[in-house]
Formats: sequence, structure tokens, C-alpha cells
Amino acid sequence: MSTSSTTLTGPVNRRDFLKLTGLAGGGLALAFYIRGGGDAAAAETAASGDFKPNAFIRITPAGAVTIVSKQPEMGQGVKTSLPMIIAEQLEVPWKEISIEQGDFDDKLYGNQGAGGSNSTPNNYDNFHLVGATARTMLVQAAAQTWGVPVSECRAEKAAVLHSSGKTLKYGQLVAKAATLPVPAKEAVVLKQPKDFKLLGTRVPQFDSKKIVTGQSLFGIDVKLPGMLYAVYEKCPAFGGKVVSANLDQIKTLPGVKHAFIIEGNGKVKELVPGVAIVADSTWAAFSARKQLKVTWDEGKVAGESWDTFVAQARGKAAQPGGRTLRKDGDPDAALAGAVKTVQAEYLYPFISHANLEPQNTTAHWKNGVMELWSPTQIPTIGAGLVTKVLGIPADKIKLHINRAGGGFGRRIGADYLIEAAAIAHKLDVPVKLTWSREDDLRHDQYRPGGIHFLKGGVDAKGKVVAWKNHFFTFGEGGNPGSGGSLSPDEFPGRWIANYQAEQTMFETGWPMGPWRAPGSCVFAWVIHSFIDELAHAGGRDPLELRLELLGDKDDMPAGGGGGAKGKGPAAGYNVARMRNVLKFAAEKAGWGKKKFAKGQGAGIAFHFSHRGYFAQIAEVTVSKDGQLKVDRFISGCDIGAQVVNLSGAENQVEGSVVDGLGTLMTQEINIERGRAVQSNFTDYPLIRITDAPTKIETHFLKTNYPTTGLGEPALPPVAPAVCNAIFAATGKRVRQMPLSRTDLRWA
Amino acid sequence: MKYTLNVNGTSRTVDVAPDTPMLWVLRDHLDLVGTKFGCGVGQCGACTIHINGEATRSCMTPVSTVGRKKITTIEGLAADAAKLTPLQQVWCDSDVAQCGYCQAGQIMQAASFLKDNPKPADDEIDGAMAGNLCRCGTYLRIRAAIKQAAAMPAGKEAAQ
Repeated sequence: MSTSSTTLTGPVNRRDFLKLTGLAGGGLALAFYIRGGGDAAAAETAASGDFKPNAFIRITPAGAVTIVSKQPEMGQGVKTSLPMIIAEQLEVPWKEISIEQGDFDDKLYGNQGAGGSNSTPNNYDNFHLVGATARTMLVQAAAQTWGVPVSECRAEKAAVLHSSGKTLKYGQLVAKAATLPVPAKEAVVLKQPKDFKLLGTRVPQFDSKKIVTGQSLFGIDVKLPGMLYAVYEKCPAFGGKVVSANLDQIKTLPGVKHAFIIEGNGKVKELVPGVAIVADSTWAAFSARKQLKVTWDEGKVAGESWDTFVAQARGKAAQPGGRTLRKDGDPDAALAGAVKTVQAEYLYPFISHANLEPQNTTAHWKNGVMELWSPTQIPTIGAGLVTKVLGIPADKIKLHINRAGGGFGRRIGADYLIEAAAIAHKLDVPVKLTWSREDDLRHDQYRPGGIHFLKGGVDAKGKVVAWKNHFFTFGEGGNPGSGGSLSPDEFPGRWIANYQAEQTMFETGWPMGPWRAPGSCVFAWVIHSFIDELAHAGGRDPLELRLELLGDKDDMPAGGGGGAKGKGPAAGYNVARMRNVLKFAAEKAGWGKKKFAKGQGAGIAFHFSHRGYFAQIAEVTVSKDGQLKVDRFISGCDIGAQVVNLSGAENQVEGSVVDGLGTLMTQEINIERGRAVQSNFTDYPLIRITDAPTKIETHFLKTNYPTTGLGEPALPPVAPAVCNAIFAATGKRVRQMPLSRTDLRWA
Repeated sequence: MKYTLNVNGTSRTVDVAPDTPMLWVLRDHLDLVGTKFGCGVGQCGACTIHINGEATRSCMTPVSTVGRKKITTIEGLAADAAKLTPLQQVWCDSDVAQCGYCQAGQIMQAASFLKDNPKPADDEIDGAMAGNLCRCGTYLRIRAAIKQAAAMPAGKEAAQ
């Protein structure tokens, strides 16, 4: 693992400059973070004796500093990185700060969702202001105490220093600061990047010690007095209804306290029908479940199988698509006139998120209040479902956010939360619902699979002159599942003069949901694998052809051309940033300078998503018997002006590389007759340490753009970089995921 | 059935069904939640504990088979509860975890491995850790942390 940072001086327009320095555009007024408005700061302080200038900071008279983290933590590191921003501006040493997870309270905190790699960009500017405002008040308190001008005072190491050498610690200033009005943001001076001491350094996660000593942290660890333990059996075919169950027998089994049927609300991603068994321990509930016999009404979903849809897609590939997403120029004429053409089918299956912590939630229905403890990514969705399904008003729902043992988009769905609430709603004691691994893999909200039928053409110089894609996707009610819509603006749409993208959707009753970098996580693989095919067809270097494709323009505006108006993650593409990060990664990798033996090779890919520009290069060895080893993986990352926590940032990129590789290698949920075939890690293998790359190098390219997130954008180019390297090593083109379906043996 | 167990050096009595896996005895009955449920079939390693010092999947170990054998969980890995073992300290300092859910199992596996093999080669580390899944993909940091702990002067101690 290694990291470097290079400064690139690019053009800074006024809008970006303001975003970087002045928080001028938008940004919530700080008073938003104070319950009851501006006067509440003094009132809350008077009651507790602490200084609480806003919802995020609390300083006691003894000098203890607590920062509240409002965003859910699921391994993306925000419980450490976002408080670092506040601490930097507050001028308190990191080791003196403790961090608390905030409960769900969007009236106080604003948006508390963790998804779309948005936690950093959505909070970055505000958290600078939050910390700087509190520091400003503490400096004012000291200046007033001493009767000196504020300009003669400065804050450092949780104390205010006067130019004369006098010092007052923050704790000593709490009482005075608490009487001061919260200043307007115009009166707050932000510490500038050149003075940062904490941001950009490597800071281990705040909860590291609890993690390595096994302290209670996760949703599944919750235990309440008198709590019972629940399991919930659903129909193997998605959304099927309960006809009958042997409840009387189940109730006689050891430890079982309750067994009942829940009707569900008719939505496959909300409250699905099932049978609840509630017992005095997890194992008693699991054991009783083995005796459960249910008669199901499977519904029409039982007639839907993946293989059938794939066969239908192949039959319809040459027919006009259900929708034309974009048509520029005359792709058919350009193909007819091309010197070489390539035709290929790319296919990827449905996959599961497979969070290592199985889905769970603890719920307690008491005195008209539903109290919940849940590892959730977007608490507002779960709370909303409790209102919608159980009719409990928002002000009667208390939701505690637990650390989640992995997110990856799965815990944006709140099916497990509403199941726990629905079970608890029938009881008067706390109950913890725990899904088995089998529940998790068989009742995920899956990443939709897809099939792309591509045609491309190159001219005598190897330039790409035509591109056609007929994409088959899956959805319900006419709407593709999350990540199942190809944007009219998806690269290389807009860049190739003769371009056509069509989309045909299969209606299914299968639950689908966002999976890490939805859409991008598979489209980048299809697009950059096919670009590689065209490069080789035209006898061009894969890097050089990509630079030619990107062209000389610095910006590619959304929309334009002959298709639908552009929107989505690829709209508004800063071509200069992509070009620069691509060259940067190639330079770090030494692209084109290495000689590889047969069975070894390098592959390249890039992708823009979630506001981040990423270019990646894989160097692989494929043994003669077809075993893949990634020897070296290089990432060039442009996430703007400031890496917040360098250790966490590197960890996200390294994890994305391993995740992208693992997904490519083995993951597949096959759906037969409306049910998932796979059920545990025996038939749904995840990548293990033995297949992890030998070396991962992460390089951040610093640019003068706002700081953006890292949970997702490093993942999409991983699979195409690896597959393109496999081609370079073996001459074998991988057109189907998972990789285990392609014979990589060579001689 | 009543079972008296030796857990982290303390005698603990539980009243559970004989087939109850140690995983659930620890989590539900002894409030030791550091040992994690991941798969229930011995495939992920999140539930790894030591039985007489040997890394064992607690989800596959019925309480009735344990007897008075010495059980160590992540909570009891450090002899002095106020301190971390060198291995745990390396895990913290090198910021191995992302979500952290698998890491107790990883550390228990690594600690047992290092005790038997204090100066492991890279492929030996991979071989020893191949049964422990990390969904977040922190494998390179796990490898590096184990090597770092093994390279410490008190390498053998790191495993204790």
C-alpha cells in the first residue's frame, strides 16, 4: 500500500472558489442545528452546565469535548472523518475528543442518510462552519474575560491564547461562552487549508479499540431487559403469501413464547408476508424454525426465471428496443462504413450485498411509542415505513442508529426494520429480530442483472466511429430496479458522433435495490471492456484510444444530442479532470513501459460517478491452468481539494478494489421460479484473502474542486481493468460475470 | 441442561439446550457479543474463539462438547483487560477495520496462528486466514498487521 498526493493547478472558476473558501452558495444556517432556534444555545447550557453551541459540539466545564456524528457508520468511516472536520476548526487535539453516534432526529440534524457517497460532500462545508463558530465563541469569551480585543487572541489546543501569553482553557470558558449569541456565519473566520493540522493525515477509526476488544457496537449486539428473540420465515418465492402454518405445534417447542402470521403490505421491498417465531433466545427461535411448516401462495413470481429472461433477450437483441435512450448521427450507416466492426454480448447476474452482519433490528412497542435500534443507512426510510405500515406517527417513533456491519446499499432498504416493528407491535416487550444468512441471501434487494448487446466500428486509423448498445434490464411497474437504468448521458454517449443506446425492460416481481455505485458498478465493466475490444480491433494502445475518445474539450454538458435530456450520475462531465486523472494513473503505473511475459498483462479503465473521477490499472498473472492473480493494482483518484482522513480514504479505495475483484470473480444469485438458488457462503462464495491483490497502490490527485465522497466511485473501473489485463495476458475476453464462468486456461 | 464453562478464566454456568452453539451461549446468555454471527455454517470465521488455545468456529461447536476446556473470546484475549495485546494494538494503529464486524474473528484466528507460527511467510498468513471473510475487503491491512505483529521483538507475545 502506498499513497502519494500531487498538486495539480487547474483553472478555478468563481463558483468553485466560493465553494472551497466561503460557503457562499447554499449551506444551512447554523441555527438549524439548534433545537428551538437561536436562543436555545444559552438555555441548553444553563440546564446542563455545558457549552452546546449547536447539535454537534458539547464542552463541559472540565474541558471534555464531545462531537456528535449524525450520519450512520457502516465501515465508510464517517464517524471518524466528519468529526475530524469539526475538530480541525474547533482547535481541539484529536486525542481529547470523544464521539457519540446521534440518534435519528432529522429536525435537529438535517439529512442523516448514508448513501450515494454523499455524506462528505453534503456536510463538508457546514461542518467547517460548525467547528469554527464554536471556536469563535470561545475566543470571544476569552477576550471579554480579559477585556482585550478579539484580534489579540487565538485558539490552539483547546485553549485561547492572548498575545501577552495569558491562556484560558476551553473548559474555563464554557460558562462565559454559553451566554454569547451564536454569531452569524459572516462573522466566523474559517481556518484555511494551509493551516490544517488534522485533515489529510492518517487517523485510525474512533471505534478501533471497541472493535478489537469486541465491545457492543452493532445492531445485532443490542440487548434490553426482558428482550425476546425473533425469527421471521418468508416465502422462498419473493413476496409469496402465507396460506397456513403449524403455529400450534411451534408454540409447544422449547423456549417459544409466540408464533404468528404477519400479512404484509403487498410490497416486496417493504413488509413481506411471513411467520414470526418469538422465543427466549436466538437459538431457541432458530431451532423452532426448523420445525416450521408453511403452505405458501407463491403468486405469479414463481413463473419467472433468469435463464428464461436471458433466452428472451437473446431472441430480441436484434429487434428495436423498448426505449431509445439516445440516438446521435447514423450508427447503422457508420457501422456499414467501418473498416472493422466488433459485436459482443456482455452479461452480469443478479448479486447480493451479503453484509457480514445479517440484517437485524430490535424494536419495543410501549405506551404508544415504537422505539427501534437498527443498523440502517437511511433512518428516514425505516421510520417512514413504520408510519406507513403500522400507522404510528413520526413523533411516536424513536430510532437509534447502530453501527452497521457493512452497508453497500443494502441497508437503504428497511424491510428488516419494518419486520421487527411489525412483530414488536403485537407484543409488549422488546424483541430482537435476527435474520439468518440464508434469509439474507434469499431475501436481499438485489443488484439487478443485465445483458448488453453491443456493436462498434473503427475506421482505418482505429478511431471509434460507431457504437450501438441494446441493453436488457429488469424492473417492476415499468421502472427498472435501482442501478438498472442506463443514462442517455452514460459515457461514451455524447462523445461518439454515431451512437445509439436502447433499453428493454423485463417485468418481474423480484426485489431490487441499490448496490455500491448502482449502475456504474456494471456499466463501467461493459463499456470499458468493449472499448478495449475496439482498441485491439483497431490496433490501438488502450490508454491512447481512451484519451482520443475523451477528446480535447474540458467539459461535456449534460444532455445534448438526439436523445432524451441527460440526467443522472454521469451528467455534467468534467472531461479535463478525467483526462488528467487517467494520465496520472498511467504515469504512476508506468503504463506501456513494462514488458510482460505470456500469461501476464496490464489493463486500464476509468469511470466518473458519485462526483469522483477514477482511473485504474491492473497488472495480473493468469497461470496456464487459468488461475488469476492480481499482482498490482493502481488507482488514480480525483475527489477534489481535500482528502479528509487519509487512512480512511485509502481503506475505502483498497476495499473497493477487493470488492470489485471479488464481485467479478465469484458472485452470482441465480433466480429460478421467483426464488434465489444460493443460500449461504457455501454456494455464494465471497473473495478470500488468498485471492486479494498482492499490492494495491492508491494515489490521490489533488484538484481545486469541492471535496467529495469515496464509498463508491473507486469500485466501477476495477472489474474492467482486471478483465482488460486478463485479455492482455491470455487473449481471452471476459464477457460474462462471474469470472468463474469463463475458461481462462491457455497454453 | 446446566453447563459450567470456563470462559476467559471465569467459571460461568448456563442453562441451555445441549445443541446450543457456543456462539449463542456467549452472545445471548453470557453477554459476550464480541463473537459474531455471520453464517452459522463455519464459512466466514466471524465467530472464531479459542478452545484450549486453538482457533475454533463457535457457531459449529455445541455447548455439550466443550466441558471444562478453556474458552477464550475476544473480550478475554488480553490477559489484562485494561490493556490491548500487541496484536490488537497493531490492528488499531494500522486502522485495519472498515465496518469492523469480522475483525474480532480475524484477530482470534491470527492470534492462534502466530502462537504456533511466530515468523510466518506471506503465503502462510494467507493460508491461515483463508477461512475468515472480510466483506469490506481489508485483507491487505490484515496481512500487513499480522506481519507487523510478527516482526515485533515480542512477536511471540503478540499472540497471547
